[in-house]
Amino acid sequence: MKFNIEMLLKNDVRIVVSTFVGISFLFIIVAMVLGLDFNGTINTIQRIMFLSAVYAMVVLALNLQWGYAGIFNIGVAGFMLSGVYTMAIITGDPNGLIPGLGLPLPIGIIGGVLVSGLLGLLISIPTLKLKADYLAIVTIGFAEIIRYTANAITFKTFSIAGIEMGTGAGRGIHLPMNPIRGIYYIEPSNPGLGKTIVGEYIFGFFEIIQVQSSVVVSWTYAIVLIFIVGLFYVVIYRIGNSPFGRVLKAIREDELVANALGKNTDIYKMKVFAIGCGLMGLAGILWQGSYGYTNPTTFQPILTFYIFIALIIGGSGSNTGSVIGGVVFASLLFEGPNFVRRVILHVFKFDKAPNSIIEAMIPISSLDFEPFIAYSLANISSLRVVFLGLVLVYIIQNRPDGLLGDRKELAASIDISRRPVTETREGKEA
Amino acid sequence: MCAYSIGMIKYYNILREKVQKNRGTAIVFLSIVILLLDLVFRLIIGKNESQVVATYLWDGLVIGLAIGLAGVGLSLTYSILKFANFAHGDMITAGGFSGWVAVFAVVGVGKFDMKNLLLIGAGKPINVTELGISVSTTPVVILFGLIVAIVGTILLTLFIDRFVFRPMRHHNDSIALLIASIGVSLALRYGLAFVFKTQNRGLTAASLTASYSVPVGTGSVQIDLGEITLVLVAIALMISVHVFLQYSTLGKAMRAMADNRDLALITGIPTEKVVRATWIIGGALTGAAGFLITLERGTISFQFGWILLLFIFAAVIIGGIGSVYGAITGGLVIGLTSTVSLIWIPADLANVAVFSVMILVLLYKPEGLFKGVTTA
Repeated sequence: MKFNIEMLLKNDVRIVVSTFVGISFLFIIVAMVLGLDFNGTINTIQRIMFLSAVYAMVVLALNLQWGYAGIFNIGVAGFMLSGVYTMAIITGDPNGLIPGLGLPLPIGIIGGVLVSGLLGLLISIPTLKLKADYLAIVTIGFAEIIRYTANAITFKTFSIAGIEMGTGAGRGIHLPMNPIRGIYYIEPSNPGLGKTIVGEYIFGFFEIIQVQSSVVVSWTYAIVLIFIVGLFYVVIYRIGNSPFGRVLKAIREDELVANALGKNTDIYKMKVFAIGCGLMGLAGILWQGSYGYTNPTTFQPILTFYIFIALIIGGSGSNTGSVIGGVVFASLLFEGPNFVRRVILHVFKFDKAPNSIIEAMIPISSLDFEPFIAYSLANISSLRVVFLGLVLVYIIQNRPDGLLGDRKELAASIDISRRPVTETREGKEA
Repeated sequence: MCAYSIGMIKYYNILREKVQKNRGTAIVFLSIVILLLDLVFRLIIGKNESQVVATYLWDGLVIGLAIGLAGVGLSLTYSILKFANFAHGDMITAGGFSGWVAVFAVVGVGKFDMKNLLLIGAGKPINVTELGISVSTTPVVILFGLIVAIVGTILLTLFIDRFVFRPMRHHNDSIALLIASIGVSLALRYGLAFVFKTQNRGLTAASLTASYSVPVGTGSVQIDLGEITLVLVAIALMISVHVFLQYSTLGKAMRAMADNRDLALITGIPTEKVVRATWIIGGALTGAAGFLITLERGTISFQFGWILLLFIFAAVIIGGIGSVYGAITGGLVIGLTSTVSLIWIPADLANVAVFSVMILVLLYKPEGLFKGVTTA
């Protein structure tokens, strides 16, 4: 039985594209029910695409650590924070309220990725020998240290060797202008100063089909991100199928055996920690970078859990599963409930929701479910997380391999577990 | 003279060998000595006032015992069921809420809207001074609340174990159980938020709670009855858990299972029964901790237990997983670190100090101060 990588890749691309198309189609229907105009529909799909791409990126990075090497890192949020904040500090205006170094954006991005990677390396060295559950507690503790440090007033502004910089503490920190805007506007920070030639043409074209220029800009960024997800995929796929990746899978299956075969598993784990955390930092930069502002509250441990849920849905160990998991999580589980609320409120037009759950429950005795539904919809943000928790429990109990987990990539380059009977020495067996 | 110096060299060599063997412990010991010397120096030159340091010590003790009490339950389930229960923090929150629902309903009946009392003022904020709950004025109701919190949390943990952890038990996969507990944690925390809303709210009337001032140096330390209740009940509960584990048959069976599950199975210990007992005792301590912590603080919010969870993990790991004394000691280390560290570092970095201590212990003494898995 030959293992045809090209066929597999074609098949995988088809799965990813059909998921994207299916979900876009679903949200077009939702937008139609909500009575959004064309611009609104396009904007909704853009938001879903953007978030899906962000989750797909982080989940891919996490898959490299957990899916390939079996490293249980639950400090993802902390490594994303360190990337974003380093980028912000490097690129910040030296004369701003929270001073920065005033260096160009590419240096900021490289710096952010490096710092996240180095922090990953730093925490990996002493934790190599820890059991998985201890590693989990150390990494979440480390992520909280990073977050509390970013939140501390002590570092609101500080100086190293006489150069002023700062984190902005709880108020958060400004991020540089998204360079995508530079394609369309002469002065990205002030659209009033006029458009570039590209901007004139593209905005002009989209005005005909009544799409606002801001939506065009966001769409451009979403497309760039989807492209970068592709890059992430290729990089992690290449790593996974290299000799390096095979050792990672061997570590996941049995570290002792990998060690016995003469592989220095510690070095491999350190490297994969550094690469994975660097990619998490990059994903954080690309995500928060488009908002122009970020704060420590964004990076609470629950963010890490969201990413884990996405990975587990897709099936850890599978890159295609990671992308699908990211897309399904971001669109259906994360954004979905808000759209459910909007659709129900749009269609049924409930009265004002009752103030407390008891007031909402009492009418149920007379078979009036409306107040309870209205209360649930008003508190959908809490209910959504309850649902996520239950989904996580359900998957881990019933489908621990996720949607595509049965395709967990093998440690060996040929599938020895499914060797055809004809190849055995005794010939065909019953 | 010569014999004396040979004796010195011998002693020095023994000491050097010991230090080389336990370099981590030696470094920790040395840094604690340096910090203590610095503290004495600071007190002498008057950089820190003695009553401030005494307040830190008392607060650290109270926080430490609260974390220790909450940690004993986590430590038991960790050592016997072999997984890190990330839902433990939210079980603490659930215990706190169940106890306070009972207290509010009993104290406020007739005077306030019952529907609102049962939700601890989720519909419309309740004026706690008007309601007048405190350990000094309504001690019996507080005791009732404590019992409700304990019973409520036991029922909750048994329910969760039945539907989440028991079906997964035969796999014996600690990471799968850990992930499932994260799911439980999310569902429980936001389930509480769904019912009780997300705002932080007052519980007790601070003005009614008796408070004593103990003179220290030039000033005094304020100690209130809520804190004293927490300290006393926590110590009493910990002693009873110790006696139970040490002398009762069930306690011995639990320790046997923590040490070696397979061996316990073949010796005929009914493991499923022991697991249930573990949840009952763990749940009881967890509920009590949740209620006492909120009693001492006088406020409650839907995520207070979750915020405490990492500190509790830290305490349990520092003390050694499975050890009751370890959890208490670990709790005290965490509590005192979080307050006494304020002498040297700004308040907003206290948490950083606590987690750093936890990581250092995990790295240099992963078995904990009390060597863990002895359940004594």
